[in-house]
Amino acid sequence: MDITRRRLLMLLPAAAVAWKYVQAGTPEASPNYKVTEHWWAMLIDIPKCIGCGSCVRACAEENDVPEGYYRTWIERYHVADWQIERPEVESPNGGKQGFPPNEIGGKNFFVPKLCNHCADSPCTQVCPVGATFITPDGVVLVDKSYCLGCRYCVQACPYGCRFINPKTKTAEKCTLCYHRITKGLTTACCEVCPTGARQLADLKNSKDPIHEFLKTHTVQVLKPHMATGAKVFYNGMDGSVR
Amino acid sequence: MTIITGSCDLNHRSLHEFQLSKSIAHFAGKVAPSSPAQKDNLFKDIEHLVRLAAVMLIALIAFIVLRAAVVPHSFGQYGHYRGAAVGEIASRPIAFAGHATCEACHTDVVDQKKQGKHVVVPCEACHGAQAKHADDPASVTPAKLETAILCARCHEANSAKPKTFPQVATAEHSAGLTCDTCHQPHRPKVDTQPETKPATEAKK
Repeated sequence: MDITRRRLLMLLPAAAVAWKYVQAGTPEASPNYKVTEHWWAMLIDIPKCIGCGSCVRACAEENDVPEGYYRTWIERYHVADWQIERPEVESPNGGKQGFPPNEIGGKNFFVPKLCNHCADSPCTQVCPVGATFITPDGVVLVDKSYCLGCRYCVQACPYGCRFINPKTKTAEKCTLCYHRITKGLTTACCEVCPTGARQLADLKNSKDPIHEFLKTHTVQVLKPHMATGAKVFYNGMDGSVR
Repeated sequence: MTIITGSCDLNHRSLHEFQLSKSIAHFAGKVAPSSPAQKDNLFKDIEHLVRLAAVMLIALIAFIVLRAAVVPHSFGQYGHYRGAAVGEIASRPIAFAGHATCEACHTDVVDQKKQGKHVVVPCEACHGAQAKHADDPASVTPAKLETAILCARCHEANSAKPKTFPQVATAEHSAGLTCDTCHQPHRPKVDTQPETKPATEAKK
């Protein structure tokens, strides 16, 4: 068949549609993983956190997080006497290299932060194109091939957990290491935590130690008044934590 | 011309219909009929409506076909998003192998760690991401660690650290010696130092 200009013009759109399917390919399946059998959460034990920054470094390495951006980070709180409403919070380089020594009075502690994987997350509600969503197993993810980079979700997140990746120009956030938890591993941050301050929890698994912990401890979530259904539970959290 | 003052009467209606049929005829490029018999026949130019319906039908079919081609098949599989994205995110390769993988081979290190407080510290907290080493232990070997930096990350004194956690001011503690001069990292207590290094530990 001769390729005339007319035939070429007719073939091009068909080829473009076909190429899209070729590029998409078939994703690697996790055969034994059923999305309906899990409901993921995380437990953070503040009295155990030593602010070493292992989680921040591990997250960056596991997920190729760009330098200067953080999917998880550690904050150091300093609450002077009588100043519970005005804590001093710092997070130099996200706590990636730990914290410089500070020998000061008052109350001092570390608070690791990450996406709360809210059950009623404000960020997924504002996405105009369906690029961010909560999976049936309770993880808030971003489809970067669908994301326009409009930043609605970055503004909507009350916890400041989202950013625009400077390379892809799309919204990025903690995936709760979805590529690990679907393979039966824990998240990178929980894997490297030397004190066990961070623990991945599956609320649908009745054998998960989280259930016993929740029964015997008083836990809180961040900004409960926003009714986001946050699933990162903090044990021993001070009232000054924002 | 009749002047209409009240609600619609007969004159008003016939005048309106006359104008309507005239305008349809105008679109068809025909001369407006003047005969009173044809004046009230609204459907005499039905072919135009059929054409309009055909155009709308073609547009609807084109919309359905284009939508099917443009919207991914998995959109709506779980909700208002592309279902295949879940699998794509899950298919990302891992960097950290996980301590269970390490312990499958390095059993002697596990035994050593059990004798000390570092039993709770996962391997990759110090050794870094080792999934590549786990995939190919022969050619990818972990780098030697700088204890001066690593130990201090956890054990450097800081008022925000829990009071029960062992902390030292490194500058005063070791007089410039590296930590592993006295402490064996897998079993850090000084009076329980092993005489030999575990066999699976890399020769340094």
